[in-house]
Amino acid sequence: MVDDPTPGTAKRPPSALAAAGRAPRWLRYALLAVGLAVAFWLPNGLYPAVAVDILCWALFAVSVDLLLGYTGLMSFGHAAFWGTSAYVTGLVAIHLGLPFPAAVLLGALAAAALAVPIGYLAVSRTGIYFAMVTLAFAQMVYYIANEWRSVTRGENGLQGVPRDLFGLDLTDDYWFYYAALPIVLLGLAAAWRIVHSPFGRVLVGIRDNPARARALGYPVRRYKLTAFVLSGFLAGLGGGLFAVGHRFVSLDTLHWTTSGKAVIVVVLGGIGTLWGGVLGAAVLVRLEDWLSFSGFEAIGLVTGGIFVVVVLVFRRGIWGSVAALAVRWRTRRRE
Amino acid sequence: MTGFLQNTFNGLVSGAFYALLALGLAVIFGMLRVVNFAHGAFYMLGAFGAYVLLAEAGVPFWAALVIMPVGLGLLGMALERAFIHRLTRLDPLYNFLLTFGLTLILQDLVKLRYGVQSSPYATPAELSGSVDLGLFDFPTYRVFILVFAVAVCVAAWWLLGHTRVGMVVRAATERPELTRAFGIDVGRWITPVFGFGIALAALAGVLAAPMRAVNPLMGADLIIVVFAVVVIGGLGSIFGSVAAGFGIGLIQAWGEAYLSDWPILSQTIVFIVMAVVLLWRPAGLFGREEAPA
Repeated sequence: MVDDPTPGTAKRPPSALAAAGRAPRWLRYALLAVGLAVAFWLPNGLYPAVAVDILCWALFAVSVDLLLGYTGLMSFGHAAFWGTSAYVTGLVAIHLGLPFPAAVLLGALAAAALAVPIGYLAVSRTGIYFAMVTLAFAQMVYYIANEWRSVTRGENGLQGVPRDLFGLDLTDDYWFYYAALPIVLLGLAAAWRIVHSPFGRVLVGIRDNPARARALGYPVRRYKLTAFVLSGFLAGLGGGLFAVGHRFVSLDTLHWTTSGKAVIVVVLGGIGTLWGGVLGAAVLVRLEDWLSFSGFEAIGLVTGGIFVVVVLVFRRGIWGSVAALAVRWRTRRRE
Repeated sequence: MTGFLQNTFNGLVSGAFYALLALGLAVIFGMLRVVNFAHGAFYMLGAFGAYVLLAEAGVPFWAALVIMPVGLGLLGMALERAFIHRLTRLDPLYNFLLTFGLTLILQDLVKLRYGVQSSPYATPAELSGSVDLGLFDFPTYRVFILVFAVAVCVAAWWLLGHTRVGMVVRAATERPELTRAFGIDVGRWITPVFGFGIALAALAGVLAAPMRAVNPLMGADLIIVVFAVVVIGGLGSIFGSVAAGFGIGLIQAWGEAYLSDWPILSQTIVFIVMAVVLLWRPAGLFGREEAPA
């Protein structure tokens, strides 16, 4: 046991999952309704371009949390899937002229295909090794994109990614937001289904006690690999939309800081709470936009600072903290 | 033949950097169970500190070679006490995330003050020129790095093997549970060992200053390669980290020389090696096999 040297002492914050599950049915539906209302209203209250970024990052965060929160695997290389899909989506849209949902779907499939070999190798390690292995493979993808200039245009990036949807005029970000929203909602619904399916239960079982899961006869590696590929697909959906949303794909989409930012978003929102990832994405994207708009150049100083503070004193994240507070309030009222 | 030897020497020189960084990572991991993401940032701070000392205070290379490791080692100890210490009982992932956050902060602080341009650092006069190695001339400075880094690794090896602290570190790195079971007080050595690991990273940074472009991002991509190095060597093994460091330096240099027609291959060869090693020995070449996951 090299990976977990101190069994029993390594602790994660109490899962907010249990707390959320105890919420009454009407409250869950009410929250869902509020969430959907906010999602439909968003581009009216924010710059539509920022709203589109929030959508994409919400999917990215949920894909990372599917592994981190529900399978206990911290991928620090998810930019590989986000960026690969961005490039494939961009190339398909430019060269084949497909409508953008088809291009995004192909991009996400390419990301899932890439997740198969990377996941196959990575799931042989757990914990911190898993993070390092995914990080290293993501960097490999970054180098490939950087060197394969005839296809990726190297540092110039892919320019002029079209936003075609059967001739609809989507040049305005406001309308593009509403075209992208159904895809994102489908992705989020898929993540919700995965987590709440028997398959998702097995993943949580593996996270909590891999030895027990194996003893019960579950092929642990195959479950982890499947989760990894599904997660790569969801990250790819987000990355493809991001490419179409910006009409531009840069090497940044593959850089390790992008992987790190995705993990920040999850931790900020709350590990193991799908909606927390959405919330974290909204907060961080909005904050970054505000910072760059106000001419502040050292964004890493702020995101890094948030990271340090969250990890030190706010490990449950936004959603996890709210859920914990709600549970405490409810139990106190009952007594 | 001459070309081959020259490439081999160059590979050993870059391997020396990997070895110094991987060695620091390994001892820190041994004592704290922390994979220090900020290691690359401290390497950068070492190089940048040497540049600032020379440019703004006229402090020469040799003094920087002492000042930066000591200063940054102390800073590392302060950070360990202030932040990392608070997370010791939690999942190691939190410390990885914490040091990632610190990396972003340290990089941006330097970027804010000095911009992202590379800064030149002159090779010290005593080490400029080249040495005749029989078949070919090799830059004196690179010979110096190689000798120096090997000396540091040997000294670290001796410290780890022949002093009480070293034995504790080695035991804690390679058999953590057994060490605790023997009732050895590992806790009091945590902070100094963290400082020592950081000092090694800073030392590598100062050594890199005259040879590589000094800029705020110089540690960022290097650290990922070093992670690949420790995965290959086996993070639970100090010897493995150093050996894999030199080995990867060699493979990379040969790749760049002989695979230059396939730049994609020569750039990613480290990660290809990592993939092969993971298939063959998931715990790394010198790591111990864990319980199947």
